[in-house]
Amino acid sequence: MNDVEIHSRTQSGRVHAAGVAIKDLRKSYGSNEVLKGISLDVAPGEVVCLIGPSGSGKSTLLRCVNLLEQPNEGSIHVGGFDATDADVDIDKMRRKVGMVFQQFNLFPHLNALRNCTIAQTKVLKRPQAEADKIARANLERVGLGHLADRFPDQLSGGQQQRVAIARALSMDPELMLFDEPTSALDPETVGDVLSVMRNLAKEGMTMLVVTHEMGFAREVADRVVFMDGGVVVEEGVAEQVIGSPTQGRTKEFLRRVLDPTHIEIAE
Amino acid sequence: MAMTARQRARVSLYVQAGIFVVAMAALILATDWKTLTTNVFNFGKIGPMFPDIFFSGLKNTLIYTFLGFIVGLSGGLLLALMKLSSFPLYRWIATGYIEFFRGIPALLVFIAFGYGVPLAFGVQWNVAVVVMVSLGMVAAAYIAETLRAGLQAVPRGQMEAARSLGMPQWRAMVTIVIPQAFRIVLPPLTNEVILLTKDSSLIYVLGLTAAQYELTKFGRDGISSLGAGLTPLLVAGAFYLVVTIPLSLLARKFESRSARTKR
Repeated sequence: MNDVEIHSRTQSGRVHAAGVAIKDLRKSYGSNEVLKGISLDVAPGEVVCLIGPSGSGKSTLLRCVNLLEQPNEGSIHVGGFDATDADVDIDKMRRKVGMVFQQFNLFPHLNALRNCTIAQTKVLKRPQAEADKIARANLERVGLGHLADRFPDQLSGGQQQRVAIARALSMDPELMLFDEPTSALDPETVGDVLSVMRNLAKEGMTMLVVTHEMGFAREVADRVVFMDGGVVVEEGVAEQVIGSPTQGRTKEFLRRVLDPTHIEIAE
Repeated sequence: MAMTARQRARVSLYVQAGIFVVAMAALILATDWKTLTTNVFNFGKIGPMFPDIFFSGLKNTLIYTFLGFIVGLSGGLLLALMKLSSFPLYRWIATGYIEFFRGIPALLVFIAFGYGVPLAFGVQWNVAVVVMVSLGMVAAAYIAETLRAGLQAVPRGQMEAARSLGMPQWRAMVTIVIPQAFRIVLPPLTNEVILLTKDSSLIYVLGLTAAQYELTKFGRDGISSLGAGLTPLLVAGAFYLVVTIPLSLLARKFESRSARTKR
């Protein structure tokens, strides 16, 4: 039915890609329904960007995928896992799903290298030497191989976010979730993080990205999903949704985001 | 006639200094120095207290404090985790324990474990065990509240990041959250050790052999054996300061360090 089964990628042989299938997902906080029946598929190797105004539920949707939020209704399949099955091994599932947070959430008591090895040794039980090697390769991959000994408070926001990406990649995830990864960054460091994500997309990583970076979405995303008020309003190829949206709400949102200084003149 | 603000401040300073000097002079003149130096603090009687004060008094105070702290820290951590548990029974037990042991005098706990428990269960308890249990159980109540605050001060994102990497709850707690919580509570925890150092004196309610004397009991014993007024007790007091003031400085250092890293 859905092409969510894990399939190996041929180029690297190491990376697998997992798809996501979300069906009729509902999530409420008390009487406030944040997700009102969302259905969304991400094919293995596909990059999907979630855009929409704040409060539209896109972050909640993303957090439901690795069960940081517990959905009330509907189903989520990630790779071979049924995330909404009460008996699912959450920890085992999360090993396949990398998560990058808006606030980085690096472990402040560990240096960059240890941030990237701690879960490898404690969760995957890799030997320290092997974990170090993988961590260094991933720090190199995000352009921070030379800062492996630095602690988070000795790194800029952009560098911290790139370490956070390296930390997630060190677990060999089959899917990467990004929750507004550049929203907390100084403007001059945004580009470095986006270029790391662009490379990741090129390598064939399955990515679900909540972002306000329309340029990035347009260039990198295979598909863009516009959400508003807890529902998917419009989805399609990036060029079409961002370039020539059909829905009024999408047009309105894009006009505000792309031209924030625009002033409505009353007629 | 009219004074500037600076002149007024200077006059005020002179007046305060004058009052202080007069008060000190009055105190010195009013003191009966002969009685004070023979019956209260007799310098000549300090000598005989050495070196025993190191090998029984100070040594035992440090040992008792350490034992109490180890039990208090482990018990406190357990209680703090119980208090933050999502399982109501654990929270109730922890809250009950903390309120009980914070609410009664530590002296009663020492009596209960020194006399009550051995009588009730027909066991013979070593003094070190009584101190360890009594001091530890009281300390656990206070340390639990300190650690709970520390655990809650670790941002929620830390737990989320750890769980997202596939760590089970307990693993994330042990490797990520608890180490950060300890950093946060290092200054109040050091203050806790200072309180324990002083409370270890409560063991005096038990009959101790000379080898078991800690500083306070050592000082009290000196009063009767040396007949030196309060001298031994005052010297013992000074020895407490030798332990507690460096701890205080350490706590302050931790505090300024964590203030720096927080920016």
